[in-house]
Amino acid sequence: MSEAADNLVQLTRAGIQKSGSWLVRGVDLTVSPGEIVTLIGPNGSGKSTTAKMALGIHKPTEGSAARRGGLSVGYVPQKLSIDWTLPLNVKRFMRLTNSLSDAECMAALERTGAAQLVGEEMRTLSGGELQRVMLARAIARSPDLLVLDEPVQGVDYAGEIAIYSLISEIRNTVECGILMISHDLHVVMAAADQVVCLNGHVCCRGTPSDVSRNESYQRLFGTRAGGALAVYEHDHDHVHLPDGRVRHSDGTVCNHCPGEHDHTHEAHGISKAQPSDETAPHKRVAGGVADA
Amino acid sequence: MLDDFFTRALIAGIGVALVAGPLGCFVVWRRMSYFGDTLSHAALLGVALALLLDVNITLSVGAVSIVLALLLLALRHGDTLPSDALLGLLSHSALAIGLVCLAFMTWVRVDLLGLLFGDILSVTRTDIAMIYGGGAIVLGGLLLIWRHLFAATVSSDLAGAEGLRPDRAELVFMLLTAIVIAISLKIIGALLITALLIVPAAAARRWAGSPEQMAVIAAFAGVVAVVAGLNGSLYYDTPSGPSIVVAAMLLFVLSLFPVRRLIEKLTAENRGGI
Repeated sequence: MSEAADNLVQLTRAGIQKSGSWLVRGVDLTVSPGEIVTLIGPNGSGKSTTAKMALGIHKPTEGSAARRGGLSVGYVPQKLSIDWTLPLNVKRFMRLTNSLSDAECMAALERTGAAQLVGEEMRTLSGGELQRVMLARAIARSPDLLVLDEPVQGVDYAGEIAIYSLISEIRNTVECGILMISHDLHVVMAAADQVVCLNGHVCCRGTPSDVSRNESYQRLFGTRAGGALAVYEHDHDHVHLPDGRVRHSDGTVCNHCPGEHDHTHEAHGISKAQPSDETAPHKRVAGGVADA
Repeated sequence: MLDDFFTRALIAGIGVALVAGPLGCFVVWRRMSYFGDTLSHAALLGVALALLLDVNITLSVGAVSIVLALLLLALRHGDTLPSDALLGLLSHSALAIGLVCLAFMTWVRVDLLGLLFGDILSVTRTDIAMIYGGGAIVLGGLLLIWRHLFAATVSSDLAGAEGLRPDRAELVFMLLTAIVIAISLKIIGALLITALLIVPAAAARRWAGSPEQMAVIAAFAGVVAVVAGLNGSLYYDTPSGPSIVVAAMLLFVLSLFPVRRLIEKLTAENRGGI
């Protein structure tokens, strides 16, 4: 983890307590410009809460969340429901938080493959279309920090790959930091600089560049796009008590979960279920892994 | 011209409608009609206080509404979110307390029907000044917070994350709603103020292609409803508030007819299309 002063956002042992129980606790996290940080973890593990702390939507109950002064943020929330009573088309939605020229608006929509939707009503969009439009809106602001909460939910398989390669491309061209939430480890790791696994606290973290030297990982992510199933297993060796303490498998209870465990990747079994041929159109994704 | 009571009522009603339409859109979008009900029912308490302390009724109602709005906001930010039941409880308690207070004050004669359903006979020049002064504040305030409030209406998290101030916008919006309720009491009456917020906005929905259009159309729909309703009230000797609401409701029913599609179809045929 870099301690550079120009971090876009920095969480220091941050945690949020709600109605007596900790949603997430002891999170250290930084995102610097041009970096993709991915939060993964099971449902209810505090991924969205952590992202909202980083965004300043929720104030941490303990620890701190600092953002660089004048930081401009693009945010794709996990959920967005538009009521019938609200007449809102894509074009107006693009200008929700700042003004945009028509050209900027269309350019952003074209980048996410949603240009044809510009006149549509927001509430008629399908899940995948909504994700593309929300992503277009977030990047149209040319933000310093892009926060994406499950950016590919509801997007079909080809679209998913396109969106992930778009995210890598945005990082390279716009030089913004990206904080991404996903439960989809395999594709995520391909694009991320840093993967942080949450389960009420930081379970483990690692840089995929270390991982990518590992031959089986290279093969794994190379074949991911080709249709292979990669199964991610997480062996959780401790239990979170309601008061935020942690009971380890050997029965000891400690006040905090240590920020990071000794295990980085050993405890995570990643198995390849079905090998398949790498096909040409997907080389780009595979290449992205090697670059990361 | 202002010597005529009906002209005064008309001018006052139009002023109220112009403000209530745009604000009412947010009440509809944010599903806050029960909140509006609560504030307007508490207006009776404001009237009782005004008679007790011998101050201007509009100012007193405004003050009570603002205090109640702040109270509701505090409740919302606490752990207990106001459910329908809680808002309903507050709304009807406020109405009942107001009625009981007025009943206790035996030394003043209050036109209760006028307070509940509006009374065009009672509109004074001071009321008109209050309505247009308060209305200007509300419209100006709404314009200032429009971007923030609208973004917060679509997604509060998103607005907050991208540097807008959803909390502040919501606070200002509640205060503006309180002002609108205070200035509409005389024309519409405590029981039906929320209708003037909601019905024109609902009628505008089908004719609007964007939120801004909906706000403008709602203002005009409100004006049409006020003019029609007040004329009906004068002609049939009905209470002004219900008459205006009936007129607004008819506009809403009219909006349900697919006028737009019909026009599109006709123009398409004229172009030699389908």
